[in-house]
Amino acid sequence: MVLVYSDDKKLAFELLNKGGMLSEELGEKLTAVIIGKNDQALAQEYISYGAENVFIAETDIDNFKAEEYANYFENIIKETKSETIIIGSNKNGKELASRLAGKLDVGCIIDCTNIYLKDKKLTSERVVYSGNAIAVEQFNSKPAIVTVPSKVFDPLPKDEKRKGNVIEKKFDVEKSESKILKVQEMKSEGVNVEDAEIIVSCGRGFKNKEDIKMVQDLANAIKGKTVGCSRPIAADLKWLSEDHWIGLSGHKVKPKLYIAAGISGQIQHIAGMRDSGIIVAINKDPEALIFKSADYGIVGDLYEILPKLTSAVKEKIG
Amino acid sequence: MNIIVCAKQVIDVSEMKVDPNTKKPILQGVPQKISDIDKNAMEEAIKIKEKHGGKLTVVTIGPSDAKERIKELLAMGADEGVLVSPPEKHDYYVVSNLLAGAIKKIGEYDIILCGEASIDMFSGQAGPRLAGLLGIPQITYAQNLVVEKDKVTADRNMGDTAVTTESSYPVLITVTKEINEPRLPSLMQILGAANKPINEMKADSVADSLYPKVEMLELKGVSMERKNIVYKDNIDESIGKLVDSLAKEGVLR
Repeated sequence: MVLVYSDDKKLAFELLNKGGMLSEELGEKLTAVIIGKNDQALAQEYISYGAENVFIAETDIDNFKAEEYANYFENIIKETKSETIIIGSNKNGKELASRLAGKLDVGCIIDCTNIYLKDKKLTSERVVYSGNAIAVEQFNSKPAIVTVPSKVFDPLPKDEKRKGNVIEKKFDVEKSESKILKVQEMKSEGVNVEDAEIIVSCGRGFKNKEDIKMVQDLANAIKGKTVGCSRPIAADLKWLSEDHWIGLSGHKVKPKLYIAAGISGQIQHIAGMRDSGIIVAINKDPEALIFKSADYGIVGDLYEILPKLTSAVKEKIG
Repeated sequence: MNIIVCAKQVIDVSEMKVDPNTKKPILQGVPQKISDIDKNAMEEAIKIKEKHGGKLTVVTIGPSDAKERIKELLAMGADEGVLVSPPEKHDYYVVSNLLAGAIKKIGEYDIILCGEASIDMFSGQAGPRLAGLLGIPQITYAQNLVVEKDKVTADRNMGDTAVTTESSYPVLITVTKEINEPRLPSLMQILGAANKPINEMKADSVADSLYPKVEMLELKGVSMERKNIVYKDNIDESIGKLVDSLAKEGVLR
């Protein structure tokens, strides 16, 4: 069987589409995995997005722990004799896939941006060296575990007429030595940079938290409204919540227009925005790396440039 | 408290060039360094050692020139280095088995520390994979650690949620860049590091012959072609030109 799993249901829908193509080529059944409570509604939803089977591993553990989930998965793989496992690439999914691969001592590829069969072997592409290269890799053994991030594949259109089987099973798995003490929602300002068409971003070049208003003003003027930032602003200074953070360990974005103000252009930041349509850089240092990755740039003080650029844009758009 | 840090030698990605004809990255001749976040792991290990005592060993799977990089970590504060040279073809399966083999040779340990991911590949696979292989608990993406005699508590950044996890020992922990600021060793420490042992091991002495489960077929280049039009002179004129260009590109509506 081809197994598909993510704790993010939307991501699971996307993986089911691709998983369906692979399972058809392999002549195997496509199975969505649920670990948790016996959620029949979710199972039916998976079927309506293309799953032929839904495997529910019933458990009362309420918090995700990679150790215990990997134990469940080991059982599910044995039970279903699955050789292709596709897991959604969020942080939980990545540590689950990696641990599972170590436990089973099998091959694993994280963050695939494409998966396909070549010479009947599972083959994948992923972005490496901070976005400067794509590694094409192939499994020469089974089972094969891959993780795929969101928005790599589109889901199938939902079809509630689709039929499938639901398999329910309880496993007795070893509990982990670790304990979850607290789970808190991250502070979020409800920003979705990944879907934004225009982003104005700020970095270390800003001296005060209040000055970020200049970025917001420009974003509003271009009718983009979305503010992004580099690592120091979200992770170190915490001037903006992490949903604004663009980069290798933040969000990856591809707006039509990306304006980077006061961002030096560290390769980790570039990796998060390199697929943007037009890139504009504003930086006082003419040698700043960001200019190498930009279509247009202005060398100068952002404190002078941003307000003037905002007025100029307003005038142009009218 | 015995601590093992897994550190990887990587190429300095910001110094990497792309062949203008084939668009493939040129990996030869690029300066090497210890992956940034592995240095955060090392810093955290030193802090734990300063508080609780014990032995701090750093393990690297890499070519013999990685010895120079291990010396940097010995200068920072590791007691001993272990360098295992991998077979020519290796994947995460091979590397994690070599790490596990080397760790068995090192002996008793309480904490294994890794960076959340290496900055060249950025998979984040090695840490949790090793934990799975060794069958010990894992704590990933730690931004803060409180180490006590019989347990460790970690604040973890899981994206949408902040999770606090506690574990007994032994445990494998991966850390993020925010956890600390790695120290720069003093000249005395750098000189002192020359006397600290680096134990070089052959792959076949720590694990049975390993053949990768995943093979690299090709490394494709990604071209990043940008217009690179930079206005440097009068700011008012520059802004005028920029707004005109953006309007022509059709991104101002």
